[in-house]
Amino acid sequence: MAESNVLKIRHLSKTFGANVVLRDIDFNVDAKDVTCIIGASGSGKSTLLRCINLLETPTTGEILYHDVDITDRKMNVPEYRTRVGMVFQNFNLFNNMTVLDNCMVGQMKVLKKNKEEAKKTAMMFLEKVGMAPYINAKPRQLSGGQKQRVAIARALAMEPEILLFDEPTSALDPQMVGEVLAVMRTLANEGLTMIIVTHEMAFARDVSSHVVYMAGGVIEEEGPPADIFGNPQKNSTKEFLARFMQG
Amino acid sequence: MSLPSDFFGRMVFILQNYGPSFLAGAGKTMAIAIVGTLIGCLIGFAVGIIQTTPESKQDNLLKKVLIKGIKFILNVYVEVFRGTPMMVQAMFIFYGSSALFGINMSIVFASYFIVSINTGAYMAETVRGGILSIDPGQTEGAKAIGMTHYQTMLNVIMPQALRNIMPQIGNNLIINIKDTCVLSVIGVVELFYATKGVAGAYYTYFEAFTITMVIYFVLTFTCSRILRHWEKKMDGPDSYDLATTDTLAYTSGMVRFPDPKEKEDK
Repeated sequence: MAESNVLKIRHLSKTFGANVVLRDIDFNVDAKDVTCIIGASGSGKSTLLRCINLLETPTTGEILYHDVDITDRKMNVPEYRTRVGMVFQNFNLFNNMTVLDNCMVGQMKVLKKNKEEAKKTAMMFLEKVGMAPYINAKPRQLSGGQKQRVAIARALAMEPEILLFDEPTSALDPQMVGEVLAVMRTLANEGLTMIIVTHEMAFARDVSSHVVYMAGGVIEEEGPPADIFGNPQKNSTKEFLARFMQG
Repeated sequence: MSLPSDFFGRMVFILQNYGPSFLAGAGKTMAIAIVGTLIGCLIGFAVGIIQTTPESKQDNLLKKVLIKGIKFILNVYVEVFRGTPMMVQAMFIFYGSSALFGINMSIVFASYFIVSINTGAYMAETVRGGILSIDPGQTEGAKAIGMTHYQTMLNVIMPQALRNIMPQIGNNLIINIKDTCVLSVIGVVELFYATKGVAGAYYTYFEAFTITMVIYFVLTFTCSRILRHWEKKMDGPDSYDLATTDTLAYTSGMVRFPDPKEKEDK
């Protein structure tokens, strides 16, 4: 392949005590890829995503970001995290700050931008997610869907190369899922590299360029969405998808 | 000058003659309590932050040992000063410092010092609790945008922890206002000591201490109300203004969101 992989995961394993959560995970992410990780709860999807952002330290294996191993001790982790953003299931907006401050604090404190610049960037992304009118609100005054859109704007404001989504719609009621997925769909169309852990099968099928199906801490099957959803090779994948696609 | 025969008359008499003593005593009490609480809070924040510093596997051995050592010393500090009476600490420090080290503290300095480190020991635990009470998701959110531990603490965790422990800070201030009276053992002329002097002059203990009771109560009650008001202010307004009156702005996002008018009505 001409373009090199942005992210390469090699033999990644993670254990919590005697609990093996991830076993020998291997996959690549290219620029502008939208990778959806699907699988039952407890299959290690979220842990994998958290390992990529080093919120969990992998037990063994390598994560290569532009061919640099980020699990290396000498790695500047905060700097890496500005390049690889993350959106959480529970939003994790800073409760002590307004919507605007949430989107500015990282730019000002971490990227050392001045206030005007930070505000401009923050407003640009808040407008993109449709939250610009709410800049003076505190997180507790927003609905779940609004919070998640702000969280996405906050992550985007750092202008990362890759954005990780950890079940971004799982804490939302069905009405709000749509507004968040719409934002993510736009980002995908604009060519942002994304890795998304999700239970939204229709979204995974329609938006992703690559689907990874995980079960029991290993990658059971991966490939283009047409193959995974249209012609799954393994029985476990078939069963899992059959249960989900009915609904 | 003869003493009136009725209770209230005697109180008025005492106030007329010794009012300034009460005021000076109350002033000293408040000064020690406020300065002690403030410095105690600073000590508490520092100790609490160090005690909740996570151990990272990336740290080298020297740093690990250093952090462990500091944490141990701070633990000893907290346990000793929480576990002994302030009155005894006052005697121990005031007389001990001159006997052992030849340091002659002024009485006033000694009282600021003692109240501060005593409050610090309590506040350390309060701050630790305040930090632990903040959802770990807040830390993860901060880490995910590249903040260091220090930046996370300063910008995200501490402001929220501070809000949560405000009632406890108020508690400490009120306790300090009252407990400064134990410092009379080293001879600080605070409210209690001043009252004793006044009471002894005409042997009007009941009258003098009635006045002092009222003064202490007014001091603590005022402080607790001021702090409550401050807490409300920290919470900010319950509602928020939409940032624009330009109706086109509402449609600039490409997703639907609830009509802002509905929000305003609530």
